[in-house]
Amino acid sequence: MNAKRKRTVGWVAFYLFVVVFVLLLLLPFIWQFLTSVKPLKEIAEMPARWIPSKVHFDFYVNVFTKHPFARYLLNSFIVAMCSTLLSIAIGASAAYALSRLKFRGRKALLMIILSISMFPTIATLSPLYLILRNMKLLNTYAGLILPYIVFSLPFAIWLMTSFFSQLDHGYEEAAYLDGCTHFQTFTKIMLPLIRPATFSVGLLVFINCWNEYLYALTFMTKDSMRTVPVGIALFPSNYQLPWGDMAAASIVVTVPLILLVLIFQKNIVAGLTTGGVKG
Amino acid sequence: MSSDNKPTIVYKKKEVRTAWLMMAPALIVLAVIAVYPILRTFYLSFHEMNLKRPQSGFPFIGFQNYMKIFSDARAGTDILFTVKFTVTTVLLEMVIGFAAALIMNRAFKGRGIVRAAILVPWAIPTSVSAMMWKFIYNDQYGMFNDILYRFGIIKAYKAWLSTASGSFMALVITDVWKTAPYMALLILAGLQMIPGELYESAKLDGANAIQRFWNVTLPLAKRSLLVALLFRTLDAFRVFDLISVLTGGANGTESIAVYSYKQLMTFLDFGYGSALAVLIFLIVFAISVVYMIFLKGDLVSE
Repeated sequence: MNAKRKRTVGWVAFYLFVVVFVLLLLLPFIWQFLTSVKPLKEIAEMPARWIPSKVHFDFYVNVFTKHPFARYLLNSFIVAMCSTLLSIAIGASAAYALSRLKFRGRKALLMIILSISMFPTIATLSPLYLILRNMKLLNTYAGLILPYIVFSLPFAIWLMTSFFSQLDHGYEEAAYLDGCTHFQTFTKIMLPLIRPATFSVGLLVFINCWNEYLYALTFMTKDSMRTVPVGIALFPSNYQLPWGDMAAASIVVTVPLILLVLIFQKNIVAGLTTGGVKG
Repeated sequence: MSSDNKPTIVYKKKEVRTAWLMMAPALIVLAVIAVYPILRTFYLSFHEMNLKRPQSGFPFIGFQNYMKIFSDARAGTDILFTVKFTVTTVLLEMVIGFAAALIMNRAFKGRGIVRAAILVPWAIPTSVSAMMWKFIYNDQYGMFNDILYRFGIIKAYKAWLSTASGSFMALVITDVWKTAPYMALLILAGLQMIPGELYESAKLDGANAIQRFWNVTLPLAKRSLLVALLFRTLDAFRVFDLISVLTGGANGTESIAVYSYKQLMTFLDFGYGSALAVLIFLIVFAISVVYMIFLKGDLVSE
């Protein structure tokens, strides 16, 4: 009886911890959401009024009418999508070679690719800016997709290499006995096997590109070409501290990400934890 | 026998050729858009190159830009600040992340919801979370003042972002909020790979909870801890988005990356700005080498 009671107390304490932990994580979003539906004068009320007297969605309308927010979303989507698809397309065959084929220099190449994925973005900013300016690619989608491949391609190769290494070696032997070349083994057998993992990799690469700030800030200076992270950060300088608009904008950005995370959390976690597993 | 081996040898030779062919597109792209620019940054750092003064002809000036870093008090302060920020945030994230992972390392109802809640702060853009927290710290309407005041922790509202210590605290809290849960998730994945039998046999050997932690959990979780630590340290050291949006580098919160950016894109001093960028690159590189030694090549297997 006593041991049972002890266990019950343990579980209660545990769930208390979990609830507090989750609440701390979500509190900023809750506050931001409440701010986004409050009447303007209640935002400035002191002490703070948490529960609005009435709910309205004017700030959400503002986000899309007073700011080119739809354009920001479109820009972010195009750039992140193209960078992800290109990185996966170019990276998949390289990852296959690095994980499944035997050749000298494999380990050194993997280390080099890992170090490129660790380049601080600022370290390549000045030459990329000059190159893009000379090629007249500033304020174009290509001018942001190319720099994004600097970090997304090595990251994609690294993750896919880890995923490929986990597959059983029996597949290759069977393919060899059937007379497949290495390349056929890759396209006909390994790629279909790796498809779910490739999706996880793509998801992570996409989120990385979607969230990128420094390159986007530097290479997209026209308001109509800005991406979401930069567009939101520059709200205040363009307009007078529109807290309500900003709250609404950050909710608009966050809700799709929450859905993404809820639906694909298993893929995301698989991708995150595989990156550190032996390649 | 030999006739049996022949096709195998040809197949092996083909393997090497196929490998390089399959890697060629990626290697070429990386050489052009990553390796060339980083070399170019080194090159620029040895030149006097202010885009506002093209008449100078951008001459080669050796190590002068690097000498300037040593005499530039602002660069010195920024480096110290960046180190302080990195050590504080990584340490806090490590301790909180590890503690949370240890507590949550069991099967319980609602695990999926917790995991999703953990992933959301990590998944939103840093600039968006910085913006949200900027409003939270607002001296008049912010949630931060309101909560502390209601709990009686502060007697009056404070302008957190107008003092050095307040700004530093604000940055640390925001960063920890965003990444400690993510650390917890990575460490948790590492903990779950430890087989339960190890704990059982340690228990049978009479090891208490603390001994089990030191002798079973810690050695086996070391790898995932170090990998998580490596990536966090690198991220913290090159911090840019958070500071640029939340404080703009005011009140002694300028990181070395923010300073390098200002030299490049505000003062258009591409020579000096590149030298600062090279410095960040070298420090980040040194940090990874140190971790690699600790991981003893665990990151890449034979």
